[in-house]
Amino acid sequence: MLFPRLLPRILSLQLFLIISIAQVPGSKPIMLAEHCPPGFELTADNRCVSRSLYQQYQSLQNSGVGGLKTGLPRVRDGFSPQQIDLGRYLFFDPVLSRDGSLSCASCHDPELGFSDGLTRSVGIGGAQVSRNAPSLWNVSFLKSFFWDARAKTLEEQMTGPLFAPNEMGTTPELLLAALNGLPEYQRLFAHAFPDRTGKKIKLQEIYTALTAFECSLISLNSRYDHYAHGYHQALTEQEIEGLNVFRSFVARCAECHTPPLFTNQQIAVLGTPEPDGYPLDPGAQTTFDDATMRAGFKIPSLRNISKTAPYMHSGRFTTLRETVEFYNKGRGHAVPQGEDLRLHWHISEPNLSEYELDRLVDFLETLTDETFKPRVPEKLLSGAAPVHASSMRKMGE
Amino acid sequence: MKKPNKWLSLAAVLVLFSAGLWVGRMMYKTQSTPPPPPTYFRSPAKSDTAGAAVGVQTPVSRTIIDVRNGEFIQAAVAQAQPGDLIRVYPGTYKETVYIDKENISMQGVILEGKWPTLDGEKELNDAFLYSGNNILIENFKIINYKGNGVMGQAGNNFVIRNNWVIDAGVYGIFPQFGKNGLIEYNILTGIEDAAIYVGMCDNIDVRHNEVFGNVAGIEIENSRHALVENNHCYNNTGGILIFITPGLPIKSCYDVIIRDNFVNDNNHVNFGAPGSLVAGIPQGTGILVMAADQVIIENNIISGNDNAGITITDLDYGANTANDPEVEPNPDRLLILENFMINNGNSPVGELKAIMMTQLSSRGPDIVAVGGGTGSCIANRDRYRTFGLGQWAQCQETTTRAVQTYMLDTPVSPREFSEKERVKMAYYGICSGCHAYKVRMVGPPTLVIQALYQNNPQGIADYIIKPEHKREDFPEMPPQNYLSEDLRLALAEYLLTVKN
Repeated sequence: MLFPRLLPRILSLQLFLIISIAQVPGSKPIMLAEHCPPGFELTADNRCVSRSLYQQYQSLQNSGVGGLKTGLPRVRDGFSPQQIDLGRYLFFDPVLSRDGSLSCASCHDPELGFSDGLTRSVGIGGAQVSRNAPSLWNVSFLKSFFWDARAKTLEEQMTGPLFAPNEMGTTPELLLAALNGLPEYQRLFAHAFPDRTGKKIKLQEIYTALTAFECSLISLNSRYDHYAHGYHQALTEQEIEGLNVFRSFVARCAECHTPPLFTNQQIAVLGTPEPDGYPLDPGAQTTFDDATMRAGFKIPSLRNISKTAPYMHSGRFTTLRETVEFYNKGRGHAVPQGEDLRLHWHISEPNLSEYELDRLVDFLETLTDETFKPRVPEKLLSGAAPVHASSMRKMGE
Repeated sequence: MKKPNKWLSLAAVLVLFSAGLWVGRMMYKTQSTPPPPPTYFRSPAKSDTAGAAVGVQTPVSRTIIDVRNGEFIQAAVAQAQPGDLIRVYPGTYKETVYIDKENISMQGVILEGKWPTLDGEKELNDAFLYSGNNILIENFKIINYKGNGVMGQAGNNFVIRNNWVIDAGVYGIFPQFGKNGLIEYNILTGIEDAAIYVGMCDNIDVRHNEVFGNVAGIEIENSRHALVENNHCYNNTGGILIFITPGLPIKSCYDVIIRDNFVNDNNHVNFGAPGSLVAGIPQGTGILVMAADQVIIENNIISGNDNAGITITDLDYGANTANDPEVEPNPDRLLILENFMINNGNSPVGELKAIMMTQLSSRGPDIVAVGGGTGSCIANRDRYRTFGLGQWAQCQETTTRAVQTYMLDTPVSPREFSEKERVKMAYYGICSGCHAYKVRMVGPPTLVIQALYQNNPQGIADYIIKPEHKREDFPEMPPQNYLSEDLRLALAEYLLTVKN
């Protein structure tokens, strides 16, 4: 052979050309991905199974809570690459809203930690939504959804925003009519659900595809994770000080925001303030019809928390510093007069120093990892352009 | 002449004697090697070393690292390898020691009554924090912290013993999410919540401890298979508590034996923080069982507790927190066997006082049960003054003596994980973020890398630790320095075999 050392390079160049051509948009009809998104391994039966270094650890009673080297809660995975990719197209497509003005990404923008940067979200026609949009990172590990924990599955959850008059404002009938009226969706739903009966798109298929996509949003490779797996140089000394404040029993953050997911998925009554002029949000009291849970909210994961300001169910706190200060200001200091809330026992008066509060924020910022951030489709199946804020900004540039 | 001689010889004897003493002490000192940690901790275990994100079998190094007054214990922890023993000599250490490693033994060296003392000066939060498995902490004096004396998060196979803990904040010794642990021969006082708090753990022995002057002496919460034995619990607000606390991620508490303890005069005024769970414990509580199941109380001496000797309650009565729909709130299948109870209930307070008034009594009972619960029994009921035990059966003759320990026969071992599986997790969990098999993502496709590095995994391993920007059309790869050298090579080899 003349240039044995060159051969691999030539080979790779050829491969590269083939691949690059296949990727040119518009030159071919859109095909759904045949590979899994990052963080997943494709099985022989065409399912994507979640893979992470945390799978080498156990957790007590399989609870998925503990310390640094602790296994995660049970993950929801096993969707096909095609279902996940179809979900991605749906997620960014404003055809899902009644008037074509909003997509899921409008409130769950990948550039804003899958949140929207607003105190409380804004729905169709500028309608006010009552709570802050939660991040979607790592939802595949969660057991309940919404701030008040009223949904048990993502499928159940999405019927909330899709059909709420002040959110995406559509109806099951309108949604089915819209998607069934688009040949590209018809073609790709058939591709993603090959075993279906009938030719029409079904609601359940829409829910499954969106769930499949949402469950692919994995963030487990932050600098904190590098530390947890044993690479202690991953965090600075100040960040480790912050970790130690975080897990100490003075601040008690880790008691509810428990690693490795940084939530123990329980409901807690904190007594955070509502925006000025707003009445107390009853939260989980409504879900469970239980007055002892008044103003109780689901404890959110803190992964990618630095990307999802403002904070708390009403978005009352603008910065992480302001948020950690809340816990330092005394038990029940913001509870309205006349309310007798059963505040969580970990809401105490830790008297953390200004220095410690700063270190806590330092530590929270180490929980950022967006390496698996999905790509926004360059072309949507409805023909519409993406409408979420970050895509509009990009177009404006 | 005789006199001085006599004095001289006496002086000589004295000199010789003290010299002998001195020599003896020197010999004693030079020979006083502190006992090695128990063999239990010396068994080689699979463990992760620093930098090894994914486990490499590390030989047990068994290095002994000495720490002396003026040095930092944390510096020793930083240099320690799994298997090492850190010996801390008498002195005062003002620091928080955190152990995010496996298989580390912390051993105080006590010399002539002088202890290695960790002093938080009411400035520092915790004395010891650990997250690793197989951690030993013994022979330390711990004072004036704000949070905890010893706090464990998800470490299995721990031993915490011979520690002397005074006013260490909220909890004295607090393992959480741990399996298979021993807490023994500790003395704890001045703790504003539970002195010994076993929270969400399995297979724990708590024995031979002395706890006094705390709000709660010993608390077993949302845990299973716990043996509380031979402890002396006195002058706390409550002596021994067995709880289900609602709103925690692990919802059950059962199979707890309380045996051979002295539970006396737990009449300390409650100084728990407002809003804390223990702030509601009535002063004068001997043993309190709330919502827990299968608790066996045998052969304790329970005396002088002014509210009640034993209190059994469900969550409706006992808890001041939000309800938890996933928790079963009643204490079921309890056994109160032979116990020695005198002089309890001299001054009941609050709700119990009101209840006893309805019984035309100003005294509290030896045993009181309020709220729900089924399947419980008591032996020799007639010996005690009781309230609320009408539905309780007479226990059949039985004893817990056959249970010697609730610790496991063999330590919890790390999850069995083949090297191949680990590498696969790392490939899909990390590398796949930028490299898909045949499509372009952030970095070039795996297929392309395979073509470039045929038979050269070392080339990949070298590249990913110190990537150089090779291609204009791709962003520069960040260095994967957090992966150990072994893992980097294994990953490179794996990457060359990936087929989809």
